[in-house]
Amino acid sequence: MTGTMFEKAWAEHVVKPLGGGEDLVWIDRHFTHDLSGPFSLKSLQEHGLALRRPDLTIAVVDHGVSTETGRSEASTPASEKLMPLYRDLTSQYGVRLFSIDDERQGIVHVVGPELGLCQPGAFIVCGDSHTCTQGGVGAIAWGIGSTEVVQVLATQTLIVLRPKTMLVRIDGATSPGVGAKDLILALIAKYGADGGSGHAIEYAGTAVEALSIEGRMTLCNLTVEFGARIGFVAPDEKTFDYLMDRPWSPRGEAWTAASAHWRWLRSDPGATYDKWIELDAGAVAPQISWGTSPAHTVAIDGVAPDPAEAPDAATAEAWRAALEYMALRPGARLAGLRVQNVFIGSCTNSRFEDLERAAEVVRGRRVAEGVRAWVVPGSQSVKRQAEAAGLRDVFVQAGFRWREPGCSMCVSMNGEKVPPGERCVSTSNRNFVGRQGPGARTHLASPETAAASAIEGRIADARSYADGSRHA
Amino acid sequence: MPEIAPLRRIVSKAVPLPLPNIDTDIITPMERIMDGKFVEFAFEALRFDADGAPRPGCALDDPAYRDAEILIAGANFGCGSSRETAVWAVKGLGFKAVISESFGDIFSSNCFRNGIVPVVLPAAAITALLDAAQSGETLTLDIERRVVEQEGGDRYGFEIPPLRRTALLEGLDDLQLSLRLADEITTFESRDRAERPWAQGVAMESERPLGTARKPE
Ligand code: SF4
Repeated sequence: MTGTMFEKAWAEHVVKPLGGGEDLVWIDRHFTHDLSGPFSLKSLQEHGLALRRPDLTIAVVDHGVSTETGRSEASTPASEKLMPLYRDLTSQYGVRLFSIDDERQGIVHVVGPELGLCQPGAFIVCGDSHTCTQGGVGAIAWGIGSTEVVQVLATQTLIVLRPKTMLVRIDGATSPGVGAKDLILALIAKYGADGGSGHAIEYAGTAVEALSIEGRMTLCNLTVEFGARIGFVAPDEKTFDYLMDRPWSPRGEAWTAASAHWRWLRSDPGATYDKWIELDAGAVAPQISWGTSPAHTVAIDGVAPDPAEAPDAATAEAWRAALEYMALRPGARLAGLRVQNVFIGSCTNSRFEDLERAAEVVRGRRVAEGVRAWVVPGSQSVKRQAEAAGLRDVFVQAGFRWREPGCSMCVSMNGEKVPPGERCVSTSNRNFVGRQGPGARTHLASPETAAASAIEGRIADARSYADGSRHA
Repeated sequence: MPEIAPLRRIVSKAVPLPLPNIDTDIITPMERIMDGKFVEFAFEALRFDADGAPRPGCALDDPAYRDAEILIAGANFGCGSSRETAVWAVKGLGFKAVISESFGDIFSSNCFRNGIVPVVLPAAAITALLDAAQSGETLTLDIERRVVEQEGGDRYGFEIPPLRRTALLEGLDDLQLSLRLADEITTFESRDRAERPWAQGVAMESERPLGTARKPE
């Protein structure tokens, strides 16, 4: 029998088929964070239920905590309110908590893979839609709602309608200055924000193989912005090299058995998918979003669209509303727009390689007058690694703020916001209305584009930095 | 955990909301989750302008649709964040069903778990139903027969997984359902522990301190 990796992984997780395509499936790892965790654990307690597998449950703090240097749990109203509850409940239930004083703290989807908690083919859930990020190491990982969180806590299982399978092939060589973020934004712009609805996506093709594991996590991160819950890249030698010797990775004989199994999980040649789409990596330029959906994205030298040219009335209305919110006229050029904020961070682009790419652009230059530019590393581990490599100095000397790990301006529930009416070039994944704060105008882009925009004080084409021609 | 009332048939006017890609941040913005007013201010950006004044013409506040229990939405409704508050807000506004060409997958799953039915219909049916909603027609949505009916008799069949249908009709929740399967879970758990020792058991006991690992430093 030939099968896709998703089908093989699914089969080995079915506890009981429930008919009509729904199965009770086993969950290998369950991450909770400081927004979804405390209330879900409380709900479990109110139901008088035991936590079935505290050893497979990991608690992380990221959404509500401050990222200010010298922070404490009381630094933001959200964490002041949530942390005592979270601390108390995780200790009562015997769940590991990586709090702000822990060297493993960070954004949940950054921390899981770097600690080796995420494995190829493992079923991983979290009450957070970007859990799909972990597909970068080959995990079958997806976001769930809070009712489902309670079910996982109580039973270590979920009832899931098996999604259909989709293969997204990205072939060809990317041009300099184009990375994983540009590839996934271009895919969403081409096929729409619901292009992947109802499917589990396997990303493959030469451009995907060429990505580092960190790049694959960026790619998988925006899977949910493509309408799908699950997106992954099948494990290869790069994956094994990445996972080997991580704190929770299997060792010795267990590693040998695990890696053999992970190799077996890969989709068989000739396996068939319910849907199959393609993207030519060579044709992708750096991307920038103009509107309020990740699908509202164009190449960096592109312009905002004209609602008069929209394919239908509802789209025209959506474009009109987005242009109004973003204070753009139809046909306006994106490059050159003045920006007041630059945010390099979030589970999309806050890993070491992202910071390294941004630092290459920043090195030896200055952040433009009037721009608030932040780098928020994804985890303590990334922060230490970046500091050891001298990246912190590059950013700080240029005038960036170097902060503590957390979600920060990606979702702004910790009070770190873009002021109303201001523009922000952000390496995060959502440009929704009010996402970075009420009235905030978000332009999604890669770390290189964000860095170049900070230097110029305007949305900038990072490719002009690739050859060093604009060195100050 | 939400209380789920059995749901068989909805006979009601429908609110038209044709904008595509209404994300869960629009339905319940983080600010409103934090201040606990996420039902009162659901869809805030669509219903109120920047100064907090109601936007004229927003169907959600149109008295013509008072007590409507059906929402007809543009494609990809409920995309974005997994926040279940979005479903609680839709429910809080009195809706028992949302009809769209497509849904965010997590939102759709959250709907079922709160006794709301997410109905997927093709674009042509949505166009017809939006028209019907705009002209104030009463629609009938029958979960047992899996059909949406217009006043004039035009009808659109929809799919819904059988277990989900039963759960809606009987007001069952997944937690009770899976707690009843505790024996099967235990059997699976011990077999899996032997077959994939790296995934549970040994794996989780074998943490190495960060300092001794080759990576991630
Ligand atoms: S960084 Fe942003 S997208 Fe990622 S988990 Fe945090 S809030 Fe969600």
